[in-house]
Amino acid sequence: MTGTLLEIVGLTKAYPGVVANDDVSFSIGEGEVHALLGENGAGKSTLVKMIYGLVKPDRGEMVFQGKVYEPSEPQEARGRGVAMVFQHFSLFDALNVAENVALGMANPPKTGALAEQIRRVSEQYGLPLDPWRLVGDLSAGERQRVEIIRCLLQDPKLLIMDEPTSVLTPQEVEILFATLRKLKAEGTSILYISHKLEEIRTLCDEATILRLGRKVGTCTPREVTAAQMAEMMVGSELHRPEREASTPGEVRLALKDLSVPSPSQFGTSLKNITLEVRAGEVLGLAGVAGNGQDELLAALSGEITSAPGMVSLDGVAIGNKGPAERRRRGLLTGPEERLGHAAAPNMTLTENALLTGAEREGLMSSGFLKWGKARDFAAAIIERFDVRTPGTETAARALSGGNLQKFVIGREVMQRPEVLVVNQPTWGVDAAAAATIRQAILDLAAGGAAVVVISQDLDELMEVSDNFAALNEGRLSEIKPAKGLSMEEIGLMMGGAHGMEVAHV
Amino acid sequence: MDFSSINPALLLASLMVASTAVLIAAIGELIVEKAGVLNLGVEGMMITGAICGFIVAVTTGSPLLGFVAAAVGGAVLSLLFGVLTQLALANQVASGLALTLFGLGLSALMGQSYVGIKPPSTPKLDLPLLSDIPFLGTVLFRHDLMVYVGIALVAATWAFLKYARAGLILKAVGENHEAAHALGYNVVRIRFMAICFGGACAGLGGAYISLIRVPQWTEGMTGGVGWIALALVVFASWKPWRVLLGAWLFGGVTVLQLNLQAAGIAIPAEYLSMSPYLITILVLVIMSFDRSGAPASLGRTFHASQ
Repeated sequence: MTGTLLEIVGLTKAYPGVVANDDVSFSIGEGEVHALLGENGAGKSTLVKMIYGLVKPDRGEMVFQGKVYEPSEPQEARGRGVAMVFQHFSLFDALNVAENVALGMANPPKTGALAEQIRRVSEQYGLPLDPWRLVGDLSAGERQRVEIIRCLLQDPKLLIMDEPTSVLTPQEVEILFATLRKLKAEGTSILYISHKLEEIRTLCDEATILRLGRKVGTCTPREVTAAQMAEMMVGSELHRPEREASTPGEVRLALKDLSVPSPSQFGTSLKNITLEVRAGEVLGLAGVAGNGQDELLAALSGEITSAPGMVSLDGVAIGNKGPAERRRRGLLTGPEERLGHAAAPNMTLTENALLTGAEREGLMSSGFLKWGKARDFAAAIIERFDVRTPGTETAARALSGGNLQKFVIGREVMQRPEVLVVNQPTWGVDAAAAATIRQAILDLAAGGAAVVVISQDLDELMEVSDNFAALNEGRLSEIKPAKGLSMEEIGLMMGGAHGMEVAHV
Repeated sequence: MDFSSINPALLLASLMVASTAVLIAAIGELIVEKAGVLNLGVEGMMITGAICGFIVAVTTGSPLLGFVAAAVGGAVLSLLFGVLTQLALANQVASGLALTLFGLGLSALMGQSYVGIKPPSTPKLDLPLLSDIPFLGTVLFRHDLMVYVGIALVAATWAFLKYARAGLILKAVGENHEAAHALGYNVVRIRFMAICFGGACAGLGGAYISLIRVPQWTEGMTGGVGWIALALVVFASWKPWRVLLGAWLFGGVTVLQLNLQAAGIAIPAEYLSMSPYLITILVLVIMSFDRSGAPASLGRTFHASQ
């Protein structure tokens, strides 16, 4: 490492009601891989948006390559050699790879020449891509390649990566890391945002840790343990969920050759999914985003119906029944998207509690709503799951992601489901709240319910599952006991490296 | 009944004329929708353009100035829609419907003292040699300038969307406005420009009706052509050449039913009058089974939060 590439001094940004970044200072050396660590809501995203020119800081200054750096828009940042790979991809489904790349460049060459460049660079870095394919047809891993190639074509001095591995299989992560190490060897600095501590330990040279918008420490990841970093992030020790060993009982939920087409154009259809979940069992389903998770949840909740025998609950065929009928029988679901799918953003918590709980909790009689009872139910969820909110009459959108997640999961758990299916139950939730939610899932299983947890967080699945399987392009892998599975095996179940290869040069 | 009075060359020639208004308006709306904005106010902008063009053409005596005024009038009205939906973040469907109602009322008010006046006539292009070709000359080469402007607009729009970088950016904004914003494109500005272009085109289309096709001013004279333009865009799967086909179909059935009425066919005139709308919608519904072209952000409100 020769010198400092980017120096940040006292950067501050406040939004109404919240200080996203408070006096943050750190510096990135040339050819350094610098980690930015913190829980959700710690201010990592705001910080990198300021570096990329998407957000203007209220105070503070940045120095890039010895010169003052105040990007007013991303074009300017790109002009200075700063590139960014976004967490939620900034891609356009209906356009092809070359067009997507061109949109992220200041002065793209003619399409033909650009396609040639894409092919060359993508092969050089072991991320093969066909420039003419429609982005909507690509897997999550391939989409990320498009983003990375778009950055690489501009010869960046600093590459910002916002949670790049959350959508990759373990094998794909390995290949990504090989690419990043190669870039580092070529002198490119990388600002790497993640909350996956083991990854940071293997990849990064230095780390800056943020908590609630403030910088709370720095460390050299290789020299500390993951637990030490976690404590710096959270500020306290973590409680890990516990479970009692139990023997599985009767089959509660059974899928037999479940095949349904996806309702959306770029979705994944489910193909011949067969599984059984017994009382007291937690089945963990892994898979890279977009491999049929949403469709499976919809097929189980009744949003997509199928032939009757494809889904059965306690031996009764319910494949052709709608969501209300399934809820009545005790099959409850918690979808991934909390605002807009699990909860109606503008409705109060009471109203949201009523939406799924009306039937099982007896919150209505002959078509009339019992508001008093509904309020009590909402209050009970808030109390048991420690949802931080002013009261039951707050709109769902006013809650932070973690608190709303606790509420929507709690709402289903409190209805004493026979079978519970959740998709990404702790997505975007801080560590303490995630532990609460996982504990609730385990308690539910211990009480005799069958639980299916769909998640992209492998650590989470290993923590809660008895049995484990993966979704890959709408198909289900073999179901194996979770205990003793290696990362290697899990990766293969998830579909391996999806045609990626290690960097050639 | 006397079908021999229907001259196929004249029929095709009047098809080109009858389709021009709906074609120009639809091409403008296609650009607007490609940018992810659904402006249901086409009818209102058309009729406003029709009266603006009519007033200026009558006052100055120049049809060309009339068309310029029509484009400006349509664009100014569309700015109102732009301010409501892009800056005040109002609902696009409601704003568009309001714009149509407002445009109909405004044009009636502006046109009160212009009823029954004849506008200056627009010269036809007389292309030497070409217009003398038998049959084809009559069909293709004896029209006013706006007919060719309409077809040129289709070609230009197609090339713009396929080859121009600005066209790519426009599509990107309509496809995923959040991603376009993240890449540093000014979503609101791009949409404003698209809305203005759409308004100008609608205005031109309206003026074509009041200055050339009918030529006179009557209240509500666009008679639902703006709605057909909207339908054309959707059913043409947002593809410019298909819009042209749809417009020709609409224009063709329109002139055919007029000819049939003149020939005294034994079908009530009301059925014939509704036939262009019915047949256009029917055919386009069948064509539209390929719905792949819909911009993914169409009709969604964008706000650059954080």
